[in-house]
Amino acid sequence: MKKAAIDEAQLLKEFEEKIEAEVKIEPRDWMPDAYREHLIRQISQHAHSEVIGMQPEGNWITRAPSLRAKKILLAKIQDEGGHGLYLYSAAETLGVSRDQFLQWLHEGKAKYSSVFNYPTLNWADIGAIGWLVDGAAITNQVSLQRTSYGPYSRAMIRICKEESFHQRQGYEIMWKMMEGTKDQQRMAQDAIDRWWWPALMMFGPHDTDSPHTSNAMKWKIKRESNDRLREKFINKTVPQAELIGLKVPDDQLKVVGKDQMGEPMYAHGDIDWDEFWRVVKGDGPCNKQRLDHHINAHENGKWVRECAYAYQIKTNNQ
Amino acid sequence: MDDKVKYYLEIADNALILSYRLSENSSKGPFLEEDLACTNIALDLIGQAESLYNEAAKLNGKGQSGDDLAYRRSERDYFNTILVEQPNKDFAYIMVRQFFVDVFNYYFHTELSKSRDKYLAAVATKALKEATYHIRRSAEWMLRFGNGTEESNRRAQDAIDELWKYTGELFNASEADLNLRESGVSIDLKEVQSHWNLKVNEVLYLAHLKKPNNEFQLPGGKNGIHSEYMGLILTEMQYLPSKYPDAIW
Ligand SMILES: [Fe+2]
Ligand SMILES: [Fe+2]
Repeated sequence: MKKAAIDEAQLLKEFEEKIEAEVKIEPRDWMPDAYREHLIRQISQHAHSEVIGMQPEGNWITRAPSLRAKKILLAKIQDEGGHGLYLYSAAETLGVSRDQFLQWLHEGKAKYSSVFNYPTLNWADIGAIGWLVDGAAITNQVSLQRTSYGPYSRAMIRICKEESFHQRQGYEIMWKMMEGTKDQQRMAQDAIDRWWWPALMMFGPHDTDSPHTSNAMKWKIKRESNDRLREKFINKTVPQAELIGLKVPDDQLKVVGKDQMGEPMYAHGDIDWDEFWRVVKGDGPCNKQRLDHHINAHENGKWVRECAYAYQIKTNNQ
Repeated sequence: MDDKVKYYLEIADNALILSYRLSENSSKGPFLEEDLACTNIALDLIGQAESLYNEAAKLNGKGQSGDDLAYRRSERDYFNTILVEQPNKDFAYIMVRQFFVDVFNYYFHTELSKSRDKYLAAVATKALKEATYHIRRSAEWMLRFGNGTEESNRRAQDAIDELWKYTGELFNASEADLNLRESGVSIDLKEVQSHWNLKVNEVLYLAHLKKPNNEFQLPGGKNGIHSEYMGLILTEMQYLPSKYPDAIW
């Protein structure tokens, strides 16, 4: 017993030295249970977000207004599903299967990003998602490329390469609509009005209220704080909105200085944390719809998975 | 309508409407890999349709764009087969419908790639590469369904029985098609049909699935007479261009 305890202390020391030296932790390496658990939660949540995120965008595939728009949207949704696959694989290296992750999702034990619990009500919402939601996700993911767990970091690097076009296509939809008819402009403004705050909430609670942040920072799973990432996103996005004539729905938004590049830095109004927690806890506009949709697809596919499995067994035995 | 434009539209509409049905299945697949595979095929088909619409719009010479052709016609002026309009009843329907069309596309584009219309031949050459992958996937699913479980066999057989009556139309040559034979623009569908029969028979045999005895066939789409599903598809697909005719998206 005593020897085991010493070993554990030694292993922890080595683990922390690796983290300190920016050496990636790999699946076969020893890691503290809490580190493993944190990663299992975070990576699977990230994977579920990619997959559930296919639904609000998918809502407009059949109504995409041009062949080009339809192709871009399909390709984008396909990318997001692919990101889900990379991330499930990364999460599986921690010893939990995809089936288990899906079960936890369906039982409500695993979360996904709350932003996908909002509805897509007009075509500009597809623009707003690409521009704001992917924009916020990219800000976070760029930072996560340096995360300490090897498979997660590599998945992020791959994902970031594919993400660059997501934000661009979203912004392109927005500016085309702002250059278009009155109806289109109205849709675009309506979309930013509804998506701006949920996008800011994607970064999570203020650092002072974020339960998992301190360990995650210590172990370099997370590299930058929620508030810092949120600021980066705002500073990058507000000028883009102004450029095409969209009003950011925040009366308290103001320039508070310039960064080293001379670009404006902003202070923003209060986020409605009651709404944030309400949606996280299940009472958003689409929580039930999104989860039911995923469960239904999974249940409808049961006979297909059984069939594929049975066929595989049969052909392997021949 | 010019024969060539009509012929282009028949091919393009088939691709567009099938891609519509496949894209409806996004986020509803039996597992993530298959979900994405459906989207992938939908993308291939839209690409084919787009190339044909763009060229047909030029041939038509009325100042329309490819998008105008895709989005702004009346139901009566779409010329896809009724088969591709059929709804996604379950994954067996999706894949049986796909299998019938993939086998057709494979042999159709093999022939069409020899068309004397250089543009069509180029589109077909590219489409053939895609169809080669599509047919491999859908034929594989037939084998899985048929030999997998009792339930999968039954579901696939139901889909075959129900969809069979729409397959004959694939081989009905329209007037435009026949008019373009002599110049070597259009291709002989009889040839395609004999290949199709052989391939479908072979796969169904290996899959322990049965070809229906009922030979009744229900054509119409190539002449613009569709099933009730078509109007609903167009209502949804054309929603934005119809509601906001002046908008550019
Ligand atoms: Fe993504
Ligand atoms: Fe994305």
